[in-house]
Amino acid sequence: MTSTLTIGRRRGGIEILQFVRDRTAMIFTFLFPALLLLLFGSIFGDDYDHPGLSAARVFSASMIAYGIVSTAFITMGVGIATDREDGTLKRLRGTPATAGAYFLGKLILVAALTAAEVLVLLGVGVLLFDMPLPSDAGRWFTFGWLFLLSVVACGLLGIAASALVRSARTAGAVLNVPVVALQFLSGVFIHPITQLPDWMITVASIFPVKWMAQGFRYVFLPDSAADLEAAGAWELGRIALVLGGWCVIGLVLCLLTFRWTNRRDG
Amino acid sequence: MTAIKARGLRKTYGTQIAVDGIDLDIATGEVFALLGPNGAGKTTTVEILEGHRRRTGGDVSVLGEDPGSASRAWRTRIGIVLQTASDAGDLTVAEVVRHVGGFYPRSRPVTDAIELVGLEDKAGARVRTLSGGQRRRLDVALGIVGRPELVFLDEPTTGFDPEARRQFWALIRALAAEGTTILLTTHYLDEAEALADRLAVIAGGVIVAEGTPATLGGRSAAGAVVRWGGDQEIRTDDPAALIAGLVGRGADLSGLTVSRPSLEDTYLSLIGEAR
Repeated sequence: MTSTLTIGRRRGGIEILQFVRDRTAMIFTFLFPALLLLLFGSIFGDDYDHPGLSAARVFSASMIAYGIVSTAFITMGVGIATDREDGTLKRLRGTPATAGAYFLGKLILVAALTAAEVLVLLGVGVLLFDMPLPSDAGRWFTFGWLFLLSVVACGLLGIAASALVRSARTAGAVLNVPVVALQFLSGVFIHPITQLPDWMITVASIFPVKWMAQGFRYVFLPDSAADLEAAGAWELGRIALVLGGWCVIGLVLCLLTFRWTNRRDG
Repeated sequence: MTAIKARGLRKTYGTQIAVDGIDLDIATGEVFALLGPNGAGKTTTVEILEGHRRRTGGDVSVLGEDPGSASRAWRTRIGIVLQTASDAGDLTVAEVVRHVGGFYPRSRPVTDAIELVGLEDKAGARVRTLSGGQRRRLDVALGIVGRPELVFLDEPTTGFDPEARRQFWALIRALAAEGTTILLTTHYLDEAEALADRLAVIAGGVIVAEGTPATLGGRSAAGAVVRWGGDQEIRTDDPAALIAGLVGRGADLSGLTVSRPSLEDTYLSLIGEAR
C-alpha cells in the first residue's frame, strides 16, 4: 500500500499546482503583502532619525510577519474551508489517503508558499529599500527558528480557524478581518509600536504577530533599533516561548475542532 | 459470497429517525439498486455502508469489515462516486485521475480509467471547464481508478441528458461484467430496471419491497391488462386464454397489447402505501 508519507508528498505537489493555477489566490494571498510593502515603503520612505534605519527598512523586516500570516494562516484557513465544501475532503476520506497525508500536503503547500513569500518580500526590501542582509550566522539561525515556529503556529491556527468559517465563499473575508486588525495592533503597519496605547500593546502581546514582527526586526535591523521596541529589548527568549505556546494551542484546537465535512455528524 | 450484509441498521438524529431497521444482503458481483423518494433514507444508508457516517444501531458488514471502523486496506477495495463534488477545478482530468489513482496499490492506468468513462478528448482539459455530465463521468473515473471490488454510486445520473445516461449505463454494465459489485441509488425507475439485478424500495427509513425488477412488489403475479380494437380493455390473470377467445370470436385485434403494471406503477403504489 502507498504510504502516508508518499501520498502526503504527492498531495503537496498537487496543492502547489492548484494554488499556482488559481490567479485569485496568487494575487490576493501571495502578492498582496509585497504590494503593501511597496506602498508603505514608498510613502514613508525615510523618516527616522535613528542611524542606519529607515521606515522602508523597518517595513521590509516587519512585513515578513504579515507575509507569513497571509500565506500560512489565510491559505490554510481558506483552503480547508474550500476543501470541505467542494468535496476534496469527502473524496479523500473515501480513499486510502489518510488525514495525516492530507495535512502533510497542506503543510508542504504552506511551507513552500511561505518560503517563496519571504523571498519576494526580502527581494523588495533588499533591491528597492536597501535593506542589508545580516552577515552573522547567529542572526540567520534566529531567522531559521523564527520562520519555522511562525509557519507552524500560523498554519495550525489556520486549520483551527477553518472550523469557524461557515462557507468557503466568505472564508477569505472572515479570516482577513482579524488578521489586518492584528497587523495594526502588532506594530507591523505602525512602528515604533510604542506609539500605540498601552492596552493595544497588551492585546497584541497575547497573539503571535507582534512577536513574529519583533523577531524579524531583530534579524534585519541594527542592534540599536531595540530601543524602539515595547520592552526596549529584542526579547528573543520570550518570542520563542510565545510562538511555541501558540503551536501547542493551535495543535490542541486542531484536534478538538477539525471536521471532515460541514454537515452534522460527518 | 456476500459483499454487503446489514441487519437492523438504524440511524437517528435526535428524535428524528432517518433509517429505521434495514436488512440488506448484496451478493458479490451483483448490481443492486436502492430506490426511494427524497428523504427516504437512501443516502444515509449508503453513507453508513461507505463508512462516512456512524450508525445508531444494527450490524453491518461490508467486504467482511465493519465500515464504522474499517482499515486502510479496506478503503483500497471500495470505490465511492461522489454526487456533488466540484473539487480540483484547476487540475486537468488526467492530473486528477493520476493523483487519485496513486493512492491505490493496483490502480488502473490513467488512460484506461479515462477511456472507460469516455473522456479521452478531455484528458488535457481543466476540470473546471467540463460540462455537468462530463464532471460526473470524471467522478466515476475517480471512483473506479483503484480497481475496487465494490462501487457505491449515489444518484449518479441526476442532471444527465438522455444520451449521457445511456452511455453511463453502458459503463456500469462494463464494470459489472468485470465482476464489480455495484450499489447504486437512483430516482429513475428505468435506470434501476435497466441496470439492477435486484432492487429494494426504501420509504420512511424502511425497506418496503425487495426483488428483481421483474418481480418487485408482486409485479409478475399482478393481473395483465389486455387492450385491443382501439378502446377495448380487460384486466385478467390469464391473458393467453382471453386472447385465444378473442381470436375465436374473430375480434378486431389491431392494436393488441398485453401489459403488466410498469415498474413505475408498482413503485408509486409501494411508496404510496408506506406514507
